[in-house]
Amino acid sequence: MRASIRRLWEHDLAWSLRRSPVTVIAAALTLLCIGGALFAPWIAPQNPFDPASLNLNEAFHRPGDAGYPLGSDDQGRDLFSTILYGARISLGVGLAAVLLALALGVSLGLVSGYVGGRLDAFIMRVADVQLSFPAILIALLIDGLARVSLPSHMGASIAIPVLIFSIGISGWVQYARTVRGLTLVEREKEYVQAARVIGRRPLAIMLAHVLPNVMGSVLVIATIHIATAIITEATLSFLGVGVPPTQPSLGTLIRVGNDFLFSGEWWIALFPGCALVILVLSINLLGDWLRDALNPKLR
Amino acid sequence: MPLLSLRAVSRDFDVSRPLLDRVLDGEPRRMLRAVDSVDLEVNAGETLALVGESGSGKSTVARLIVGLYAPTSGSVTFSGRRMQMIFQDPYASLNPRWRVRDIVAEPMRILQTRKDVAELLQQVGLSPEDAERYPHEFSGGQRQRISIARALAGEPDLLVCDEPTSALDVSVQAQILNLMTELQRRLGLTYVFISHNLAVVSQVADRVGVMYLGRIVEISPAAEIFARPRHPYTRMLLDAVPDLELSGRPRTPVAGEVPNPLSPPSGCVFHPRCPHANDRCRSEKPQIHRNVACHAVEEGRI
Amino acid sequence: MTLTVKDLKVEFPSRRGTLTALDGVSLSIARGEVLGVVGESGAGKSLTGLSIIGLLEPPGRIASGEIWLEGKRIDRLPPEEMRRVRGRRIGVVFQDPLTSLNPLFTIGQQLEETILTHLPLGKSAARERALSLLREVGIPAPEARYDNYPHQFSGGMRQRVVIALAIAAEPVLLIADEPTTALDVSIQAQIIELLKRLAREHGTAVMLITHDMGVIAETSQRVAVMYAGRIVEVGPVREVIKSPLHPYTAGLMGSIPKVGIERKRLVQIDGAMPRLNAIPPGCAFNPRCPKRFARCLEERPTLIGTARAAACWLHAPA
Repeated sequence: MRASIRRLWEHDLAWSLRRSPVTVIAAALTLLCIGGALFAPWIAPQNPFDPASLNLNEAFHRPGDAGYPLGSDDQGRDLFSTILYGARISLGVGLAAVLLALALGVSLGLVSGYVGGRLDAFIMRVADVQLSFPAILIALLIDGLARVSLPSHMGASIAIPVLIFSIGISGWVQYARTVRGLTLVEREKEYVQAARVIGRRPLAIMLAHVLPNVMGSVLVIATIHIATAIITEATLSFLGVGVPPTQPSLGTLIRVGNDFLFSGEWWIALFPGCALVILVLSINLLGDWLRDALNPKLR
Repeated sequence: MPLLSLRAVSRDFDVSRPLLDRVLDGEPRRMLRAVDSVDLEVNAGETLALVGESGSGKSTVARLIVGLYAPTSGSVTFSGRRMQMIFQDPYASLNPRWRVRDIVAEPMRILQTRKDVAELLQQVGLSPEDAERYPHEFSGGQRQRISIARALAGEPDLLVCDEPTSALDVSVQAQILNLMTELQRRLGLTYVFISHNLAVVSQVADRVGVMYLGRIVEISPAAEIFARPRHPYTRMLLDAVPDLELSGRPRTPVAGEVPNPLSPPSGCVFHPRCPHANDRCRSEKPQIHRNVACHAVEEGRI
Repeated sequence: MTLTVKDLKVEFPSRRGTLTALDGVSLSIARGEVLGVVGESGAGKSLTGLSIIGLLEPPGRIASGEIWLEGKRIDRLPPEEMRRVRGRRIGVVFQDPLTSLNPLFTIGQQLEETILTHLPLGKSAARERALSLLREVGIPAPEARYDNYPHQFSGGMRQRVVIALAIAAEPVLLIADEPTTALDVSIQAQIIELLKRLAREHGTAVMLITHDMGVIAETSQRVAVMYAGRIVEVGPVREVIKSPLHPYTAGLMGSIPKVGIERKRLVQIDGAMPRLNAIPPGCAFNPRCPKRFARCLEERPTLIGTARAAACWLHAPA
């Protein structure tokens, strides 16, 4: 056990990480955010999602008041707890959306690159069309369609899956394009041809041979995409079409706080805003480092 | 009954520009004839070498034999059970994410053969512990050995080798060539050996086919070709090989370059570079006659 | 002597320690002479060429040693001066003609640019010179091809253009790193002839770096054999090939297949060249040497001899 931890520490990637103080800080902050979000139920003094525990009398506490280190919002929710729980939603939705986009994009990219021909042309044209719309718009579109077409009583419980679905669908294209390009290169490599000579099926070759070799680049895209997905969710929630108001994410909090920004209760928007920025920035920096660290030409 | 036979095998590649561009410029489709009506036979236990320079089509023939490409016309008949292939680039031949163990074992699952990975590795001069390692931990020569082990795992009757030593240092090349010769002797393998290097071919081949621009211009037993080359291109190739014996032999300067395969010369494709070309050569394609495809040889002019 | 390299040591600092890539390389080339530098991959021959022209990629650096070009020391020059020396007095030909030429400019433009940068000629005189250079390297009808782009030439023709570029400013030294490796064998023969002729007619000293002993046999007067960052044998080509002194050279010559009717098992040197971080003490070749004895394991041999020399204790004076 010790030996493998030591090996991990000595690994090229770990060494490259240690060399850049910015990346170390970014990694630490990311871990902090993830930790905070993960262990929210145990760390947070209050569960802001439980309507029963809310007390309107506790609204608008200033930061630093007893029991409210970051203050409280208009509903009486402790801001610190709400940020933790909100980060949970943000990270959860972000990760899930990225996984969806990744699964869809990588599969389509693999098939497109390996099979080629008309299938490839079709998939790429669909991608091109989608790219001509801003991702937010697509997410809004899907979200809106879902609201209209799904039974309304499902309301709150379906909101988050729909959100994940819409953000995921809006983001598959970059994976598909990158994976397609890499697949085109790997397809010509002799180890793929050797597998063909042996008689392996195209699907088996795509999954067993090509996929492991493209995952590195996919990982880089995914890391930066998490940040984008979180921002998209925050934007949608800010616009009021994201998570339901009973389960506020960081975006919702910013929207709520926006109304009070100039009337004196600045903390309701500021602290969630800072939390969001720190989260997204650290993930972005981590993604940048990962991209350079995994680039064989720069090593 | 030969183990492998190719009859009038041709292969075309469509290198036309994209549809829209073509329509706008009024251009017809462009086809590249990489292999032109090749006839070949390989007998069990022998090594047939195919030699040629770039554009000769020898690598395409290799891929036609193993089925990576389908012939545009003609037929490939294989009377053995299995074929395997060894490739030129030792760095791209092995999946960098797989362990050697899995790389070598892959053919066994698909082809239902039963061999021991450790034994295969030892057969090619590696050690059983190497099974747990990854390709990047090995040198070029060792990677080629792993490729050979993988090929042997499929219990092939025929092994097609596409420039297996061209990317290796000369001393490593010697190791691999010795290994391949020994394996052939021990396991009764048949090789089709593709190379641009006549000296290497001289070392391994029983019979040699010389290719130029997709056609076989001469195909003979090795001893014949090196002692008495008849086709002008074969002579030119042999002449161009640097002389390590430093015999100071006079060398006829080589003329011209391989023409663009998209627009091959008329008649005999070699005529622009041939010192013996006449009108018949410029208009009529020579057929293989007594192992050589050359009008001048057939007419007794050279 | 046009070029003299004395005891060149090139190091690569890395986080695992400092790697010595070239360990005391000494050689010299006279006017009009072709010196072949032969070795397998990792031997350090390309690195030697790069060090001479000052194109060593950091973190690699010249740790010690001297490089003299026509009586002037060039290894310590500031980058700007080295740049001028590089174009004007040293010409370079690399392996891949495709990447050696800028695809966006015609060959005429590239030739003129080089000529105008290094020679005091006007534009029309530069053009004249460019045309004569193209003729000299064997490009037929150079006027017609002057405005062609690199991709419009075949591989062999492109390499000729690269050679024309290299000799455009009339360098005294030409370094050719695997100039024929990417070319077909019939084209190889043509380029070899060209290099020999240029050396003869212009008095250019040529350093021909290659792994192909055959090419060296055809072009060079002298040859230096490199192994693991050192020169292990040097001497006139005929002598080194026919009667090698160093066991590595002997093994190398034996392992080269030759066109002939007799098929023998090739001489095989077991093992592989050591990696830079795993060079054994004493003679670097000793683990693979069939003739080693005690001294080889302890002491590193220096080049024993002058014009004909080998770094091997077998030939130590008694």
